[in-house]
Amino acid sequence: MPASTFNFHPLEESTGVGWFQELQKKAWEQFSQLPSPGRHDEAWRFSSIGNIALEGFHQAPPPTDEQSILERSQGITPLAAQLVFGNNRLIHADTSNLPQGVILVSLQEAIKKHEDLFRRYFMKEEARLGSLKLAMLHLSQLKEGVFLYVAPGVVVDKPIEIWHWVQGNRSALFPHTLLVAGAGSHLAVIEHFSSLEEEPLLACSLSDVVAEEKASIHHVTIQDWSPQAVAFHLNTTSVLQEGSATSLQLHRGGHFVRSENDSRLFGKGAKSMMLSIVSAHGAQEFDQRTLQDHLSPEAKSDLLYHNALSDQARTIFSGLIKVQKRAHRTDAYQKVSNLMLSDDAEANSMPGLEILADDVRCTHGATSGELNKEELFYMMARGIDESRAVKLLVRGFFQTVLERLEEPQLKNYLQLLLDHE
Amino acid sequence: MNFEKKSEINIDRSLGDFSYDVDYTFDAGVGLSESTIDYICDVKNDPDWVRSFRKEGYRKFLEKPMPTHWATKDLENIVFENIRYYLSQGSIPKRTWEEVPEDVKKTFERLGIPEQERKYLAGVEAQFDSEAAYSNIKAAVGKQGVIFVGSAEGLREHPEIFRKWFGKVIPSGDNKFSALNSAVFSGGSFIYVPPGVKVAHPLQAYFRINAQNFGQFERTLIIADEGAEVVYMEGCTAPKFETATLHSAVVELVALKGAKIQYITVQNWSSNVFNLVTKRGVAYEDAQIKWIDCNIGSRLTMKYPGVVMKGRRARGEVVSIALAGEGQHQDTGAKMIHAADETSSNIISKSISLGSGRATYRGMVHVPKHLKKCKNNTECDALLINTQSRTDTYPAITVRGQGHSVQHEASVSQINEEQIFYMQQRGLSEAAAMSLAVNGFVNDLVEQFPMEYSIELKRLIDLEMEGSVG
Repeated sequence: MPASTFNFHPLEESTGVGWFQELQKKAWEQFSQLPSPGRHDEAWRFSSIGNIALEGFHQAPPPTDEQSILERSQGITPLAAQLVFGNNRLIHADTSNLPQGVILVSLQEAIKKHEDLFRRYFMKEEARLGSLKLAMLHLSQLKEGVFLYVAPGVVVDKPIEIWHWVQGNRSALFPHTLLVAGAGSHLAVIEHFSSLEEEPLLACSLSDVVAEEKASIHHVTIQDWSPQAVAFHLNTTSVLQEGSATSLQLHRGGHFVRSENDSRLFGKGAKSMMLSIVSAHGAQEFDQRTLQDHLSPEAKSDLLYHNALSDQARTIFSGLIKVQKRAHRTDAYQKVSNLMLSDDAEANSMPGLEILADDVRCTHGATSGELNKEELFYMMARGIDESRAVKLLVRGFFQTVLERLEEPQLKNYLQLLLDHE
Repeated sequence: MNFEKKSEINIDRSLGDFSYDVDYTFDAGVGLSESTIDYICDVKNDPDWVRSFRKEGYRKFLEKPMPTHWATKDLENIVFENIRYYLSQGSIPKRTWEEVPEDVKKTFERLGIPEQERKYLAGVEAQFDSEAAYSNIKAAVGKQGVIFVGSAEGLREHPEIFRKWFGKVIPSGDNKFSALNSAVFSGGSFIYVPPGVKVAHPLQAYFRINAQNFGQFERTLIIADEGAEVVYMEGCTAPKFETATLHSAVVELVALKGAKIQYITVQNWSSNVFNLVTKRGVAYEDAQIKWIDCNIGSRLTMKYPGVVMKGRRARGEVVSIALAGEGQHQDTGAKMIHAADETSSNIISKSISLGSGRATYRGMVHVPKHLKKCKNNTECDALLINTQSRTDTYPAITVRGQGHSVQHEASVSQINEEQIFYMQQRGLSEAAAMSLAVNGFVNDLVEQFPMEYSIELKRLIDLEMEGSVG
């Protein structure tokens, strides 16, 4: 754990926000005190964290090539708004077309101009899936991020796009995203995590998504870090009564990527859909931990994670459906599928259930298997060469997850992205 | 459905809930130390290698922490220094029931063991606290060269087979409780079935705890030589005392090429027993090991029968039924280690949680590198009866390489309200309807037990509903 790597530098005194500095100071103390994850830590079972060097990184300096960053920030169109960050600094913001009632600002601005609103939502949910120490590192090192608040009833009809770029050898990045969909509002957000060059980096991102009563939010993240990246992505989702949150994560880059997704169904009739596509190759390791926490009756959660593994890639999936007492008439589903494309790949699955209420419907499944030989044969018999046929079948395997995404613009964009792999 | 206000569900444990005053000739006293182990060695007249094996086990037991980082904190309520580790009337079992001392015999008669033996068993061993009081094998089976004796006799009379496998499937340091067993083990069976011999009827062991604050630590080793087949059944009961009792067995199975072993357990310990058992088998080429495991009793059971499939086309199977009643925690499951090509394993687990009961499934499936065509299928179904009931599922599945097929499925549900309503419409009481529904849930698994056991099981699972519908 990079305790020696980082020093404590809270946001400058000039921001004049004592409460935030106080939070950062406390986070630093907690980070320094908390034990590093070890081999006997259940929350890190099967993980190679012990072999991952976390030393020798530094807070990313200002990016040297803002022009390239802006040129390469070409994603989804049309857009409602776009923010581009380079090395933890906001370098571009286009928010002019946003409807009234939407606040989309940098974290620095949120602290200064929307203090009450921001404080109501900022880091309210503790990291519970093993990375509290990393969440505290994140908070103590935090410089910049996104605060998006959609007022009750407002519908944002086009996606909002956010880019987090990193540049520079051994840079450390701490992207922060706070998305709040007010009651009855509607929102779609796409986030990119990208490296400008192939360099070692450390990323420790934290995102909190809140869907209030009857709000609907779609949140897609595309992780494209450099092949040498060590990344921790800590995400929480909170859904209130009859709200709905859908997240889809597409993981492509990185050397060691830990992703934690903690979904809390606070309100009656809340819905959470958790989707993930991992294309793992080389010596990549993807370590995913999830929680579907049912705290209220009649809520629904649905998780579908598809991993395709080639070369010596490793994946770890540990998921838990937790149905608390009184969360009756819960409907929860969890499924992880591993498509093994190589003899050296390794998939670890730990799908879990903890059910404390009796009137529930909970199912989970985990499969690890190979490509359907008959389908492969059929395609090759039609003149498609083997490597192309394998590609198509893997594409189909990912499409199953995409089909669950109901937001058409995000879905189309992801389809195009995967078609061009 | 809400049964909470209406009824209380009890499991009938009256059959095993009695105890008799027995005069023990040998008593290692309370607590565990090196001298306890020496006492056991002296009483049992252990050879030197067993004495050092026990001491090594004791050292590992002290070294190992309680596995509470993943297991229940209830383990911390075991007070090792309050337990009596060895109690017996002598270490040589009797060959006929007539020779068994009256005070011990009446226990087994009340449990119906001699009667079952006459009716359908090939051999019986009856353990009372630390030692077998009775051990006998039908003459015809003995003539086939089948050895069925207590573990002490096994290590004395058949060291050439015993030592080769003893502690090899489950090393004493496997976990804290296998280490404890290695230190103080006493009783249990040693079975050897020669090549090609198929034992027509089941061999049975019955484990009885009679004394308070007692720890039972039997050790069973079963070896089926090439092409041999054997079915082993064990039952267990204890009276319900106020204080906790510990049962910590180690069971090792070895199925050589083409052999088949079926190991059947009906665990009905009283609800003050900590039942912490390590069970594992090794299956060589074309061999099959099947664990049929039914857990109804105990306060806390932690048991994950395993099969290491070491030879090509070996097969491992676990069929598990758990019933967690009021105050009980059944933490059961299976371990399947694939260590050769074309090996296959199957796990079917069904659990029922009622009252404040908690049923946990914990599983491990491991397919290491460079194997071809391994298969595993796991199905876990849990039934929840009351609002305060709890169920958990914690599988861990590792697959390396392509060409395997591994799938796990689990579901949690409750008793179908319509079914109950329908049965009540046909004149059944709510209690009877519930009972039928629960029996229906496990019926396909119960049928895998031998006839006599499945009848017993159905009776045990028959829930008694008390109180009336408000």
